[in-house]
Amino acid sequence: MRVLAAMSGGVDSAVAAARAVEAGHDVTGVHLALASAPASLRTGARGCCTLEDARDARRAADVIGIPFYVWDLAERFRVDVVEEFVAEYAAGRTPNPCLRCNEKIKFAVVLDRGLALGFDALCTGHHARLVDAPDGTRSLRRSVDAAKDQSYVLGVLTADQLAAAMFPLGDSTKEQVRAEATARGLAVADKPDSYDVCFIADGDTGRFLRDRLGSAPGPVVDAATGDVLGAHDGAYAYTVGQRRGLGLSRPAADGRPRFVLGISPVSRTVTVGSAAELAVSELVGVRPRWGGSVPAGPLRCAAQVRAHGSVTGCVAELVGDRLQVRLEVPVRGVAPGQTVVLYDGDRVVGSATIEFTVHHPVPA
Amino acid sequence: MVYLDHAASTPMLPEAVAAMAELLGQVGNASSLHAAGRRARRIVEESRERLAQAVGARPSEVIFTGGGTEADNLAVKGLFWSRRAADTRRRRVVVSAVEHHAVLDSAEWLWAHEGAEVSWLPVDPVGRAQPDTLAAELDRYGDEVALVSVMWANNEVGTVQPVAALAEVAHAHGVPLHTDAVQAVGALPVDFAASGVDALTMTGHKLGGPLGAGALLLSRTVELTPLLHGGGQERDVRSGTVDAPAIAALAVATDLAVTGQPERAARLASLRDDLVRRVCRVVPDAVLNGDYDPHNTSDFSPSARLPGNAHFSFPGCEGDALLLLLDARGIECSTGSACSAGVARPSHVLLAMGAANDRARSSLRFSLGHNSTATDVDALVEAIGPVVERARRVGTTTPAATVGTA
Repeated sequence: MRVLAAMSGGVDSAVAAARAVEAGHDVTGVHLALASAPASLRTGARGCCTLEDARDARRAADVIGIPFYVWDLAERFRVDVVEEFVAEYAAGRTPNPCLRCNEKIKFAVVLDRGLALGFDALCTGHHARLVDAPDGTRSLRRSVDAAKDQSYVLGVLTADQLAAAMFPLGDSTKEQVRAEATARGLAVADKPDSYDVCFIADGDTGRFLRDRLGSAPGPVVDAATGDVLGAHDGAYAYTVGQRRGLGLSRPAADGRPRFVLGISPVSRTVTVGSAAELAVSELVGVRPRWGGSVPAGPLRCAAQVRAHGSVTGCVAELVGDRLQVRLEVPVRGVAPGQTVVLYDGDRVVGSATIEFTVHHPVPA
Repeated sequence: MVYLDHAASTPMLPEAVAAMAELLGQVGNASSLHAAGRRARRIVEESRERLAQAVGARPSEVIFTGGGTEADNLAVKGLFWSRRAADTRRRRVVVSAVEHHAVLDSAEWLWAHEGAEVSWLPVDPVGRAQPDTLAAELDRYGDEVALVSVMWANNEVGTVQPVAALAEVAHAHGVPLHTDAVQAVGALPVDFAASGVDALTMTGHKLGGPLGAGALLLSRTVELTPLLHGGGQERDVRSGTVDAPAIAALAVATDLAVTGQPERAARLASLRDDLVRRVCRVVPDAVLNGDYDPHNTSDFSPSARLPGNAHFSFPGCEGDALLLLLDARGIECSTGSACSAGVARPSHVLLAMGAANDRARSSLRFSLGHNSTATDVDALVEAIGPVVERARRVGTTTPAATVGTA
């Protein structure tokens, strides 16, 4: 096969590309330039788009012995990922930009371009597995390294996108990947893992949003009583489930800690309440995606609402164009904008973007 | 491998390799007073004489540098500083809009850090800076101008500039003219004295010499403020231990390139005309950029365009995609517009020529050199049809961004 290998400059994608070559494929490396004004050098573990990363990727391609190109997708990334990230926060939701990047950039623009150029597959260094059943259907599964599993951020991919994907690392642990990089003479072997949002170099999401959304003061309101407990400078700085930094003037009547329950951008209201009120037992999601066929009726499976989060048994059902997920055990701190990914064992079944959550008071 | 990127770098001539290899094992700093130093000094000076002879300069006018970029920086910044020092009003730099980045970015640096004003001299649709345009600019700014810099021939579209006429205009206004002749020496007849220019940049690796060796030809009447300070080895204008082996190879290559220029230019122009004709036959809507007669693409005046240059826009394609597809078939060429990260930007040369963004992004340069053959052209002609067809499926620019929110 002719394989296009996305190479970030990190250890995972370098080893993935090397494995694709070893499997006998004709591999070409491509680095995606995503930052509008890339910094020259990496600082710490954040950022994936400095010129140093581009050079690391090129160096890895040299060692592996494959052609290498840089594709400038900064403008697409700015509109589809960064601006959407800001707009989602402004709308009171909590987005996951990595997921959006996979959905809109890597497995959309890059994959489409690759296919148009005559490539058969897009290889990435994601820690996830693709399993082909005898009947020809392909499923996305968790990595054998549970701590590094990235199937969640790939959960938005459709069957068509998965059909053209190649994830050579899913059967290995991160430790094995690093050891292999060293053995292969890839200089990126010891490069730190990247964390956080790659386009917020200093990791200060609050300031990043404040710079773009400005001051939008509003009240902090008690969900039970309707009392105004405090004020904030921008509701976008809050996330459902957040406990710290609420800056409330008075303690709660029951003396228990309070959490953000909801954000209403129109009235700029941040609603707070008790831990019990935080628990949701039902999620309603939009833009459902299915890795395989669309389930005909209610589906008993497990739900995961954040990367590296725990899973909860659930019943998922399509209601019109919305996905309704009833959780067996209430889950705390689920925010609109997050993605719910459905699993059957280690297999990804589908996903949806959470539109709203439902809190059913537990009967006394 | 089909190498059609001689404008980026052309193979070293065997004679130059031999000259360099012979000297690499010999000790000697040309500034030392002992025998080893004297031997190195003699090689450098003989090379200086040989190179000067080949390009119509006096030996004392040859300043060896570490390549074209250094020579361009030295000329633009050095002339600016020395002219401003002599007359504080002279703070304006006039450069053509199609210059190489070594000149463009030097001018911009002077603007950002030294308080310079910059005039970007516009070019016509084939990329030529007209003497009238320069005259108008100099009439307007009169005695504010420190220097003019216009390249001899453009590295992307191959357009040859009327350098002698431009120098005459500059001199009439009392302004020195620098020309970046990196692409011209060895490809066109270049005579420093006859051209009337005050400073001329040349480099080894575009004419069969080594990488990392070049020269600034600087008229004896022109003062220049140094860029690199130290031992003052080169006329007190350029410091640094001179690289005798590279200089020897540069001189050998320049001599051979200039001697063989008429015959080679005729051969390459004919090969290039064949390439253009056949590519246009396979891809009828391909646009040849640069100086040409649209009604008779077989008749190029050798003085108007570099003989080995063919620069096209392929409508509906992205230069990047074409390059990748040709590279995969073993054909090496260039989009002529890569920055340090390898990210493609629309060519500033084509944009200056009035091309729309799409045409600038869809461009590809094929450049022939001393070891190019008809077989190379055949291979390109065979590949270009399917490659263009494939690239069209990819499209020209990144598709409009889609925004999908929940």
